[in-house]
Amino acid sequence: MSAVLKPDHFDVAAIRRDFPILSQQVHGRKLVFLDSAASAQKPRAVIDAMVHSMETQYANVHRGLHWMSERTSDAYEGVRDKVAEFINAAGREEIVFTRNATESINLVAYTFGRTALQPGDAIVISEMEHHANIVPWQMLRDAHGVELRIAKITDAGEVDFESLEEKFADGKVKLLAITHMSNVLGTYTPVERLAKFAHERGAKILLDGSQAIVHRQVDVQAIDADFYVFSGHKLYGPSGIGVLYAKREILDAMPPFMGGGDMIASVSYEKSTWAKPPHRFEAGTPAILETIGLGAAIAYVHAIGFSAIAAHERALTDHALNVLSPLVKILGRAQDRGGVISFTMEGAHAHDIATLLDRQGIAVRAGHHCAEPLMGRLGVTSTARASFALYTTMEEIDALAAGLVRVKQVFA
Amino acid sequence: MSETAELYQSIIMGRSKNPVHAGKPEVFDAEGEGDNPMCGDRVHVYVQRDGTNVFHESRGCAIMIASAELMADAVAGLAPEQIAQRRAAFEAVVNTGEKNPDLGELNALSGVSEYRSRIRCATLPWAALALAMEGEEKKNG
Repeated sequence: MSAVLKPDHFDVAAIRRDFPILSQQVHGRKLVFLDSAASAQKPRAVIDAMVHSMETQYANVHRGLHWMSERTSDAYEGVRDKVAEFINAAGREEIVFTRNATESINLVAYTFGRTALQPGDAIVISEMEHHANIVPWQMLRDAHGVELRIAKITDAGEVDFESLEEKFADGKVKLLAITHMSNVLGTYTPVERLAKFAHERGAKILLDGSQAIVHRQVDVQAIDADFYVFSGHKLYGPSGIGVLYAKREILDAMPPFMGGGDMIASVSYEKSTWAKPPHRFEAGTPAILETIGLGAAIAYVHAIGFSAIAAHERALTDHALNVLSPLVKILGRAQDRGGVISFTMEGAHAHDIATLLDRQGIAVRAGHHCAEPLMGRLGVTSTARASFALYTTMEEIDALAAGLVRVKQVFA
Repeated sequence: MSETAELYQSIIMGRSKNPVHAGKPEVFDAEGEGDNPMCGDRVHVYVQRDGTNVFHESRGCAIMIASAELMADAVAGLAPEQIAQRRAAFEAVVNTGEKNPDLGELNALSGVSEYRSRIRCATLPWAALALAMEGEEKKNG
């Protein structure tokens, strides 16, 4: 761990120097990037790891008997160890590389969903899911005859356990698929309690960790998660690489997702047999460079430490809630929430807010955030969203507040 | 901020806040809808063929609502071919940013050319109107 990155000495200026893009200007203004929940920026360590691999050590993995392939396979498989350690999986074979969290959920829906679940079984999701944790289950419902049930959230934007109890009452529910942190409301869900709740009722639990993995130490064994999914690109890594964690015995029983090279034990025209997990689920040449980039991103985050990151982001979030509350309507008020803040402004559409902020160099997201049903639940069609990362500063939040004052002036 | 202020000039703000062509008429001959799945914005256009009167029900940003308003002004009384021509001319303005002296107040939206993601907001009402006109042709044809 470098001196500047000691957990008790969080130096945001030093961290920002690690992210080359943060010195860019937009529309002649200093970039204020408050859209990390959509995709985070990349530190030099990630960029260098990918470039270094392309320049010095690259070949296809798991195939060649030559030096380059062996070294690249070692680097690729080394990241699996890193990911397993990062989320405290019981073993490296519980880590499946995918393109992103969306693909991870689709993989589970297609394989586990069509074999472990029977027609008539039910799946429960919550009202605050990203489309990625809605649509694959709808597709499974329509193809396989399972039922999809939606558990309510409270007006504060938290899991409504009474509603959850109702959805589970008839004993048909075999899977609870729910976010670990809402990409709209910033709500953290009580994942240990949810896992216990599901298990006591004979169901498995899948957690969409796309947002949470960036901000909190995740321990899949402590949570007792059956499935945990996330994307690399929100975790300061490259796009095109994601992770599916699943308990070993569940993966062992799952059939392949896609067929092709690397996922087989043997192939003949009459019959093929499948490789063991995790390779059973990784058909074709994987995202080699992106996986190496993800390994560098995890090492980077790990060196800073989640206690320091969480403390920094909590201070940012508290400050943002204070300075933004008089200016805009903030959606959700969960007790346990992180640095994702969605808001609306009377008389100004989210797109107009985003355009006006963009001209001041401030990047926020506007729209339905791939959560249209949640927008309906909140009684809005779209919101603007500011989201924070480990490189976000208090000054940037003040810049957002000042920008919103100007938006108010235009729309007054 | 000056460039932005130019886009959000008074005509756009005024027409989006106080639309005069908004609402569903009791009688109409054709209708069409435009959706922007990226943001959830929606516009529904109603056409009265007698003298071509256009009304709209809009749920969206200031750019989209102002565009629906200015469109209704601009196509009043025009024949379908003239409307198609005007749409093409308007789309050229919002894509290039070059004002067209024949388009009058529609030029107020020329500034969206600077905002690639917002061009769709300005063109959505025109797409809905085109759908309405197509439907009308089929009905007549």
